[in-house]
Amino acid sequence: MSTIGLLTLVLTVAPAVAIVLILLIRHPRVAEALNLVASAISLLSIVAIVFLRGDAKLTFWGDYVIIDGLGSWTILCAAIVYFLASIYAVGYMRLLGEEDRLHRFYALFAGFGLSTLVGPMMNNAGLYWIAIELTTLISTFLVAFEREAASIEAAWKYIIVVSAGISLALLGTVLFYWSGTFVLGPTYDMTWDTLQQAAPKLNPSLVSLSFLLVLIGYGTKVGLAPMHTWLPDAHSEGPAPVSALLSGALLNTAMVGIVRYLVVADAAGISHLARGTLLALGAFSLFIAALFIVRQKGVKRLMAYSSIEHMGVIALGFGFGGPLGIAGALYHMLNHSLNKSAMFFGAGSVMRAYDTKRIPSIRHVMSRLPVLGGLWLAGAVAITGAPPFALFLSELTIIRAGLASEQYFLIALMAVLLVVIFVGFLNHFRTMYIENGEIADQKIVPVSAWCLLPMWLALVPLFVMGLWWPNALWEHFQTIAHALDAAAPTEALR
Amino acid sequence: MLAAHLDPLPASLFSLLAIGSLLLSFVMLGSRWLRHYLYAFAAQSWLIAILSGAVGYYGNYAELYIVAILTAAFRGLLLPYLILRIIRRLEVHREVHVILQASSSLVIGAFAVIFALAVSYRIGAALNLAGTIVVLALTVMLSMKLIGFLMLSVRHEAISQILGLLVLENGVFLGAQILVPGMPLLIEIVILFDLLIVVACFGVLVQYLLSLVGTTSSLQLKRLVG
Repeated sequence: MSTIGLLTLVLTVAPAVAIVLILLIRHPRVAEALNLVASAISLLSIVAIVFLRGDAKLTFWGDYVIIDGLGSWTILCAAIVYFLASIYAVGYMRLLGEEDRLHRFYALFAGFGLSTLVGPMMNNAGLYWIAIELTTLISTFLVAFEREAASIEAAWKYIIVVSAGISLALLGTVLFYWSGTFVLGPTYDMTWDTLQQAAPKLNPSLVSLSFLLVLIGYGTKVGLAPMHTWLPDAHSEGPAPVSALLSGALLNTAMVGIVRYLVVADAAGISHLARGTLLALGAFSLFIAALFIVRQKGVKRLMAYSSIEHMGVIALGFGFGGPLGIAGALYHMLNHSLNKSAMFFGAGSVMRAYDTKRIPSIRHVMSRLPVLGGLWLAGAVAITGAPPFALFLSELTIIRAGLASEQYFLIALMAVLLVVIFVGFLNHFRTMYIENGEIADQKIVPVSAWCLLPMWLALVPLFVMGLWWPNALWEHFQTIAHALDAAAPTEALR
Repeated sequence: MLAAHLDPLPASLFSLLAIGSLLLSFVMLGSRWLRHYLYAFAAQSWLIAILSGAVGYYGNYAELYIVAILTAAFRGLLLPYLILRIIRRLEVHREVHVILQASSSLVIGAFAVIFALAVSYRIGAALNLAGTIVVLALTVMLSMKLIGFLMLSVRHEAISQILGLLVLENGVFLGAQILVPGMPLLIEIVILFDLLIVVACFGVLVQYLLSLVGTTSSLQLKRLVG
């Protein structure tokens, strides 16, 4: 077995071993240490894989596992969030006073991390569906972990809405398999490559139906509007490290499925319908996010709607396609993962310090939580896409991709909505930082280093990458874009 | 492909089973007693299990016998038993919160079937398979999907939402047996297994809901809006 195969094994086995040990030892301190070590090992292995892979596309274990550009990049994003969230969880979960259930939390947390890492490397469309379903099952319990009425309500909506949505993806998968049987015979392995190679011979109307079902199904999991209704609830009611993992890792993992099917749709010659629908969903997500961000009252719900916005931006990037669109979307994936994790960490700590989730009850953050306040504010500026942070670059690249494919109306709409979100989002931060409120005691609340460190780790790279987009990274995106775009007629949308 | 050139006997058997399952989803749609709802679901699962066996027999797919046994055991016996236990424990016997009268939901269900038929007819024509069992299988598959969504949206009892989800998946199973009998066994087993976990999850959640929110109606879930 090659080095990369070995690293892939380490990547997945580390969290799995951690889960077993956590459940055997059942001690909160040991559990948090094991989870942290497992996440660090996973992160190191995927970093090594991304460096060693070059532009090779490797499959292991009877073609069931694939390490390709898109997959390894998404796993990298997920592993980073898992690692940062594991650091943050050490500080945050001790505040909840659930010591005797904490080992269960960490076992589930490692399981959730593992499932988001495994999803993108599934080479079989059916197995990918199972991995996505597994993420839902595990994370439901994490969302409900605090056992308050609101978190259980969120968990219930989450599992019902997402399972219903994902069952459409199952129908789409079955129909895709069926369309393949006309070309490949009654039994075949439904790998992404097989589908892509068979695609030109597939029946266009059947592929269109299947693709739309898959898009709506996985789109539910990505949180594209109007299938986003579970997202604000689940993201806002789970503990903060879980929110970060949901937003930064899970959404990308589900986006991979859409992109892989998009490649098949391109090869089948239905680019126009496929990309058009994805672009429409992306733009509508931005619209819904803008509406709800402006009049939001909950601090974590604000972050959740911002996730819907950024998933919309990523969907637009992949929808525009081409070297620019794909590079922008991939860069945006990483930037959003880093930035949104930092925002949820900040929101979690602020919520604990003020003991409320409501924006109107949070005032004078800067004077009360000096360091955290500064970091959180920097994160807020970054997440709205303002320079000098990396999200500005990736959004600009996506806009350039849109201009290159002559989607002027969409670009204008996107620009207007991004400005609305910028104003609306930062206005909430203005009220939380400088508006006068009734918070009487202005005492400084200490924030544990465990909670501050991951915010530094997320925001410093964002700042650096905002000033300097490394050339190696750009070339890496171009090889991925080349692999994804091989089937796409570049003129598809003109 | 098996479904394209079938002898008259298996073709009519498959059609009978598919139409029987579709009728049972209308029984579910029209019943306001959770218990009837559940029995109809169990019967539907049994029909699908028999269908798997029949497809396995006529198409020489040995692994479909295993799928048939698993479907009958899990979806025909175990799942209904678990849900029945929850119903007993919660003491909710009929659908208390009805948004839509049973008769109106039946009419909407009928429209859903017509829509599914129109879609399948076009797909069947595009594949030169018009007039075969493929069109029927596709119609039943899509209409059970739509009826499942209808149940999810007009019923608010937690248990009927679970059943609605299971009907959604039953539709896929039924269609998959006829259209893609060769789909790898691995996937089908994991899907069956997966459903068991789903119900375990739901059991826990229903308990949680009852102990903390005090009701199992999702109409009461309105803290989180906006």
